[in-house]
Amino acid sequence: MQVTSSVREPLITGGKTLKDVTHDISRQVEGKPSIGWLLGLLVAVGALGLGFIALWLTLWEGIGMWGLNKTVGWAWDITNFVWWVGIGHAGTLISAVLLLFRQKWRMAINRAAEAMTIFAVICAAMFPIIHMGRPWLGAYWALPLPNTFGSLWVNFNSPLLWDVFAISTYFSVSLVFWYIGLIPDFATIRDRATGIRKAVYGALAFGWDGAAKTWSRYESVALILAGLATPLVLSVHTIVSFDFATSVIPGWHTTIFPPYFVAGAIFSGFAMVLTLMIVTRKLFKLEDYITIGHIELMNIVIIITGSIVGIAYITEFFIAWYSGVAAEQYAFMNRMFGPYWWAYWSMMTCNVISPQLFWFKKIRTSIVLTFILSLVVNIGMWFERFVIIVTSLHRDFLPSSWAMFYPTIYDVGVYLFTFGLFFTCFLLFAKFFPVINMAEVKSIIKSSSEKVNK
Amino acid sequence: MERDKNFILGVYDDEDVLLEAITKVRTSGVKIHEVYSPFPVHGIDDVLGYKRSRLPIAAFLFGMLGTILALIMQFYMMKIDWPMIIGGKDYAAFPAFIPVTFELTVLLAAFGMVGVFMISSNLKPWGQPRIFDIRITDDKHVLAVDLATNASIGEKNIADLLKDSGATEVNKKSFE
Repeated sequence: MQVTSSVREPLITGGKTLKDVTHDISRQVEGKPSIGWLLGLLVAVGALGLGFIALWLTLWEGIGMWGLNKTVGWAWDITNFVWWVGIGHAGTLISAVLLLFRQKWRMAINRAAEAMTIFAVICAAMFPIIHMGRPWLGAYWALPLPNTFGSLWVNFNSPLLWDVFAISTYFSVSLVFWYIGLIPDFATIRDRATGIRKAVYGALAFGWDGAAKTWSRYESVALILAGLATPLVLSVHTIVSFDFATSVIPGWHTTIFPPYFVAGAIFSGFAMVLTLMIVTRKLFKLEDYITIGHIELMNIVIIITGSIVGIAYITEFFIAWYSGVAAEQYAFMNRMFGPYWWAYWSMMTCNVISPQLFWFKKIRTSIVLTFILSLVVNIGMWFERFVIIVTSLHRDFLPSSWAMFYPTIYDVGVYLFTFGLFFTCFLLFAKFFPVINMAEVKSIIKSSSEKVNK
Repeated sequence: MERDKNFILGVYDDEDVLLEAITKVRTSGVKIHEVYSPFPVHGIDDVLGYKRSRLPIAAFLFGMLGTILALIMQFYMMKIDWPMIIGGKDYAAFPAFIPVTFELTVLLAAFGMVGVFMISSNLKPWGQPRIFDIRITDDKHVLAVDLATNASIGEKNIADLLKDSGATEVNKKSFE
């Protein structure tokens, strides 16, 4: 049997039994949608619809609808891409890295965090595809298709192509990891249901029988997938950072980018998990499963990664000065005191100062403050990408071509579209799929719940 | 009596009682058909005498395949089929091929292993599992004993053995 020290805080409160777990998690899958959920869906679908107008006009008229110019050729699109990919890092980190470290608190949050990852990566992948201008031709440019299909082979020396492979691998492996975990829970819902719901969840459950042999294989698969996904999750944002780091633009051409981007991704990902989980636990009454303890642990991850990001900003700045390269020094001075000073200082405040508030136990165990700070971190991380991208580009090598970037309503609209898509997908997931991994939570009920029935 | 048709089931509430029961049942010479649980019970494969899964080997082999295919693809396209000088680098710029090689290794390892898992555990969308007890996806563990394979021991003795080992219920289940 598993032994857990008596000084550990229980992971599941409320004296839950196995039956309670099944009941509490299956409840919202089986019940009628709540008013809160319907309102949320209405807002999300509204954003999706409004954003679609902007997306449609962008595709119809061309990328000229955006605020880009010949100096700033990348702005909101790539900012949003990196931001969404970053958010998409927490899910697999929670389920893979924390599985390898045997952190049992992951079990209550990994399902929703992985779902968030998958939807965030879909939103991220949209931006490079839209930015192609004619996305229906994208396959010829992004995939290694034979020369007779288009022009030439794709260029395997380019980090942009590495990104295609990294993001698509990350998406598909995360999807498989998530789905394997869902199968036993779909079987639970199948065995409680009747009629059409039984047929649908029966098909989703893939004929799961719960045999010891199957569970043994399932555990091997989960462990190996975690082992594969851990380097994968680190590689994805590393490769995203190569898009910048392998170029020769001052402010981008730095070796610190890979670790700094990975830390930033985990930072923003955990912030988004907190934003979503605080709402989900309230809406679906899951306070006994996602406890204050879980929120506190996630806030600790935010302090650590936020501090790494802060040190990275300072190191970058120091190295720019220490390098003695005038262009590099100017790029950083321009970030701080140039026309985009407000973006830089928003980033510094949101990402470096605000997470330090979590050193206070009162703040990191307060749900309201955690929720507010999680939003602040997400805003800060958006500004980080904006600062890196736009301020490095807008004053380039020739002062005669210096320019400013101002977003148009279409930049905003396409961003809104991805928000609509993300929240629509997440709300549908939260209603129709079990938001907490029932089987995994049941496996720790004896060792980690308040009621230990020895 | 035909095999794989008539079963006697011991229903258990607690996983630690179950683990001891399995050892007890096996040492008294009864062959266990299978044990069904709502969650993975640690140590159950040891007491049931199941060998370690060979799925990690499948993952490794598929991963190797991914590495090899990725390298062949990139060297063929960049060096053999259409060589071009890019950034003054060698046609076969090996370090630049590593990211894609890594990604394809992970992709094939993951999908290959999951594919093997699906096939070996007979998981498919149209799969119809034999459900011994509907509660095994909720809160009960079920130990199933095939009556035909253990015909020499006798149904009554098996039922008593299961009861003694801590089963809260002992049921019979027959499949067509």
